[in-house]
Amino acid sequence: MLRVVTVYPDLLGTYGDRGNGIVLQRRAALRGIESAHDEATSDERLPVADIYCIGGGEDGPQQLAVERLEQDGTLKERAADGAVVLAVCAGLQVLGRSFAVSDGTRAGGLGLFELDTVASAQPRAVGEVVVDGAAGYLPLTGFENHAGRTVRDEALAPLGRVISGVGNGDGTDGALVGRLVGTYLHGPVLARNPLLADWLLALALDAGELAPIDDDPSRGLHDERLGVARRAR
Amino acid sequence: MPRATVEHDDSPSIRGARLSARDRAGLAALRLVNGASRRSGRGQGTVAGGRVALRIAPRLLERLAYDLELALVSGTNGKTTTTACLTAAMSTRGPVATNDTGSNMLPGHVAALGNSTARVAVLECDEVWLSRAIPLERPGAVVVLNLSRDQLDRTSEVRHVARSWHAALASLEGTCVANADDPLVVSAAVHAPNVAWFAGGLEFREDASACPRCMARLHFDDDGGWHCECGLARPDPDAFLRDGTAVVDGTQVPFKITLPGAFNEGNGLAALLAAVRLGVDADAAAAAICSVTDVAGRFSELDVDGSRARLLLAKNPAGWSALLRLLADDDAPIVVAINARVADGFDPSWLYDVEFDRLAGRRVVATGERWRDLSTRLFYAGVEHTTETDPRRAIAVAGGAGRRVDVIANYTAFAALHGAR
Ligand SMILES: [Zn+2]
Repeated sequence: MLRVVTVYPDLLGTYGDRGNGIVLQRRAALRGIESAHDEATSDERLPVADIYCIGGGEDGPQQLAVERLEQDGTLKERAADGAVVLAVCAGLQVLGRSFAVSDGTRAGGLGLFELDTVASAQPRAVGEVVVDGAAGYLPLTGFENHAGRTVRDEALAPLGRVISGVGNGDGTDGALVGRLVGTYLHGPVLARNPLLADWLLALALDAGELAPIDDDPSRGLHDERLGVARRAR
Repeated sequence: MPRATVEHDDSPSIRGARLSARDRAGLAALRLVNGASRRSGRGQGTVAGGRVALRIAPRLLERLAYDLELALVSGTNGKTTTTACLTAAMSTRGPVATNDTGSNMLPGHVAALGNSTARVAVLECDEVWLSRAIPLERPGAVVVLNLSRDQLDRTSEVRHVARSWHAALASLEGTCVANADDPLVVSAAVHAPNVAWFAGGLEFREDASACPRCMARLHFDDDGGWHCECGLARPDPDAFLRDGTAVVDGTQVPFKITLPGAFNEGNGLAALLAAVRLGVDADAAAAAICSVTDVAGRFSELDVDGSRARLLLAKNPAGWSALLRLLADDDAPIVVAINARVADGFDPSWLYDVEFDRLAGRRVVATGERWRDLSTRLFYAGVEHTTETDPRRAIAVAGGAGRRVDVIANYTAFAALHGAR
């Protein structure tokens, strides 16, 4: 039984973030893999799962999410035990060491990623993003909407290179260490990137490559968005 | 707060406020630009004219609003319908100035007021602009309907908007007419010195699951009540619906609105309560509101190759949720049309906040410029469907042999179909 949990949709679910959990569960089910997707709100104990999806949110809820996740302890434990974690947008910042808050102060993160997110004089990063070489080889398409810029320690690998858009702000996007994946491609990033979804599923299932899904409209969506972004450059 | 200082010169007056030479120049420019753009066929041009006028006379809006009986209507969903309903109710006493849909920011307000000699105005106001409109226009009533996520790539996040409302409503001289069912609205409206509450319903709880005041988890009861440990709770409404009637300040009036859907009953109720607080007779106001039908094309019909299509507009998850519920008891084929232009928001991530699962088992055709995003969403929701790139073709295909089709479209997809009638 593959268990997928969307973490705290009440705090971190601003941009259709539950879509990632839906996509993972459906892509597993379509291959006949027994699976479940739960949305765990912040007032309950975080269930034990194989894949955790953490989404985006505003400053206040983001800080509260860190507090609850620290108190709860499950996410850190499961991450250490090899669970897959997909953290998008504010979720990426939550997994980092620290992040800037709009009132000018800084807040602590969970410290699973050796990175800090700092305030920036640059305008807010809003728009289509293309990332290449994600997890080594995947081209990704997505949408970003964030104010901070993220500074990785040298030892921490990014998820991929930014071809267009902002991402971390240094020509890279996100972070990748073990089975922890972070990206600024926000909301339902897996809906636009079925290969990334399958890569995460394969990680969680300790499987090699998964069989393709018949009549999968998201392949066409992925190609269309990449094409549009490339033409716009 | 004292009334805006009015220059006392010999200039002609509009409704009691004396206009400076600068204001008159601004007003003349407004009429010139609007006339020119109407003649050139490029729409009403109200926004363009309003912008020019405000550049020439920055205080024109304050002057035009001075001494008017003015009501503002704001919120994420239902603004246009509620504005139409309140305009209908206020019109029972005489002419009313109002803005057409799409010009709901300050330039649109200037245009609406500058092009009318009515002494009463009902203006739809963009939720992000409400805090700026209130101190300038000093409304006698502000209707706040609801607050939920909408086009997050270009507007502010909802809690930020709620905070801006809080500050503006705290100094409101008129009555704040507010939805008791929406915690974000209540968190802002409780600060108004004078509030009238209506039970307007809450279509979408996702943005209100954490308390807007203390961020603890809100408790919702089955009967629509809600509260938080910090003390924020649903206020007792002054207006609510009961068995086909509306109860306003303890008095029952017949209230069967023509517009479909529970959300439109809530919009009508908000308009009724506002009208009553502005001194309109409750029975007359209710009758006027119940006779409102097609509002800016919403629920209007379009004929495509013999297929009759009912046009429904949904702009954000709360709007979609309301419409999907409305369509639940029906079996007509459904065309869903999604664009992602500037007026829609460039980012269709919100598709995953909509319970498209509700469409399972229906005949569904996905269309619009972002049909691939929609088709992917429907695929993951387990909704069988076909796709068409052209919305009119989608209607013809869905309707087949002349069946009635329901079309749900977001803003520019809706406008394209409505404009093509
Ligand atoms: Zn509270």
